[in-house]
Amino acid sequence: MTDTPVSGAGGGIGRTARASWVARALSGGLLPVVTVVIAILAIWYVAVVPMNIKEVLTQQERAGAEIVPPSAAERRDAGRWGLVFNNFDLIGPSWSMERARLPAPHQVAQELWASTWDEEVNGRRGIVRSGTLSNRSLIYHGGVTLGATVVGFLIGAALGVALAVGIVYSRVMDLSVMPWAIISQTIPIVALAPMIIVVLYSVGLSGLVAKAVISAYLSFFPVVVGMVKGLRSPDQMQMDLLHTYNATPAQQFWRLRLPSSVPYLFASLKIGIAASLVGAIVGELPVQRGGLGARMLGGSYYGQTEQIWAALFAAAVLAAGLVWLIGWIERRTLRAMGAPT
Amino acid sequence: MTRLTVALGPGRALAIYLGAFVALAVLGLFAAEAVGAGIVVWLALLAFLGWHLIDALSRWDGMPRAAFTVAPLALGAVVLIGWEAVVRALGVPPVILPPPSAIAATFAGNLPTLWADFVQTILKGALSGYVIGCLFALGVAILVDRYDFFRRGLLPVGNFMAALPIVGTAPILVMWFGFDWQSKAAVVVVMVFFPMLVNIVAGLADTTQMQRDLMRTYSASYWQTLHRLRLPAALPFIFNGLKISATLALIGAIVAEFFGSPTVGLGFRINASLGQLALDMVWSVIVVAAIAGSLLYGALTLIENRLTFWHPSQRQ
Repeated sequence: MTDTPVSGAGGGIGRTARASWVARALSGGLLPVVTVVIAILAIWYVAVVPMNIKEVLTQQERAGAEIVPPSAAERRDAGRWGLVFNNFDLIGPSWSMERARLPAPHQVAQELWASTWDEEVNGRRGIVRSGTLSNRSLIYHGGVTLGATVVGFLIGAALGVALAVGIVYSRVMDLSVMPWAIISQTIPIVALAPMIIVVLYSVGLSGLVAKAVISAYLSFFPVVVGMVKGLRSPDQMQMDLLHTYNATPAQQFWRLRLPSSVPYLFASLKIGIAASLVGAIVGELPVQRGGLGARMLGGSYYGQTEQIWAALFAAAVLAAGLVWLIGWIERRTLRAMGAPT
Repeated sequence: MTRLTVALGPGRALAIYLGAFVALAVLGLFAAEAVGAGIVVWLALLAFLGWHLIDALSRWDGMPRAAFTVAPLALGAVVLIGWEAVVRALGVPPVILPPPSAIAATFAGNLPTLWADFVQTILKGALSGYVIGCLFALGVAILVDRYDFFRRGLLPVGNFMAALPIVGTAPILVMWFGFDWQSKAAVVVVMVFFPMLVNIVAGLADTTQMQRDLMRTYSASYWQTLHRLRLPAALPFIFNGLKISATLALIGAIVAEFFGSPTVGLGFRINASLGQLALDMVWSVIVVAAIAGSLLYGALTLIENRLTFWHPSQRQ
């Protein structure tokens, strides 16, 4: 940073506490992020016009407006920007189209609000009136996805750590299993997801368990690879020191290998939980029994674009929340282990 | 080393394990009904022998280096033989788990179809999107690197986006770009962009003050410094990003086809074959995807070894 730091010796002198807090927030990174977010929203609002122009013009034509290429056939082959400039006074409804090719941000926000708070509190099926979560609300569908993600992630992470310990302590497993764990990272495992769902469905397992299997499968390999790296991270000096203390292999594991693997573990847990969420969403595509993936596919079948965007944002919030949660546990753990904060 | 191997002596142990393993495998493959009742014992024996075989192989002085490729292959053989024998002995219906032999037969019998799917999904959809996405990320990374404001604004947003389930944009992009490969390429562009951006920016920052000062004493311009010093120094990071993105590209191209595709493509084939419960075909498609992923990864590793020979991680 080139400007004078607000924190630090002599920083913020002569400012009130509140002003210096604001200045710190601005210079400390909030301003650029906000600018970028506003820029993205602005581009989005502008992009809504050409993306929806053909549907808007069709709607305006029905309402009796004069459109510059008068026939629909000419408009179909015309460029989008050309249509926008030729009919500039008619673009008003662009931002309020139903089933728009690109809904405006506030339409997505409205849909998010309507399908979460509004549906649950005011809706007939909502939790306030019926006592159970509405099957049309994103809270319900997000919960379905979250359940499968968390169950699958816990299974996958536990198995991954167990296999990593096996690989570190067994030469045979290291030689034979580790190459497969690495190769499996290079193949698109998610292609297996629909088959796993259908096969488990035909043997009587469906719903949460089937999706959790896919989530576990996807989070498993990143955890194995990261944890093996972590358990091997103590250097020879540290191992030799424990050797001079006459430490048993168990002590070596609990006091040196495991603690030094913690940063690697959390790094791979963050990758793992994001992969778990993708697995749960893809796992919801073949069997339409609720979940954010089912909402997305349903929205794409019926052209309900606001529904897709709302489900996408719900998934984004879920992913960000889960990764943040792991990061929070990581910070707490590292602090408890005596890391400098 | 196990006591059994010590007692027998390494060479003889290896021969005994190998002989017993092959005998057991032949028994399982060609007399599956006889094994049927004792399938658990048979499996346990197979795993035990396989384990000792790999162990003995890895310690045999005759081929210390080859053991690194023999061991995983041996594990693969144990899994495949066990799979085939279990399916045959227990009579598992092929709509739940087809035996490897049936998958291999389907794979060999449908090569033209699978090749067309490969061209559609991997070459047209995944690779074109991969190249566009990576070049785009490189451009934005240089912009971010040039102007500190962008670094502080775009990087947190990029880091945030990199963790999101971007695959969810597939239904929207399929709606915009149609069912053909262009929409798959668009999904791939969005998927690979953020991991690439984060990696390239981290790589461009990976030079020391000393090195940059040296370039300044040569009065090198920004672009000369970038070309001669900082891009080469960023290569290990760039290749890391390229490898992560390669898998993401395949995932994006395949999953996007679940949301709509022409009647060709790996994702389409998976969905269509699942509808007919032709699981041997689904497995064949997965084999194609696995081969494509491994080839792409292998090619990237080869190029990386050629270009970043100077990096500590590449030294033997």
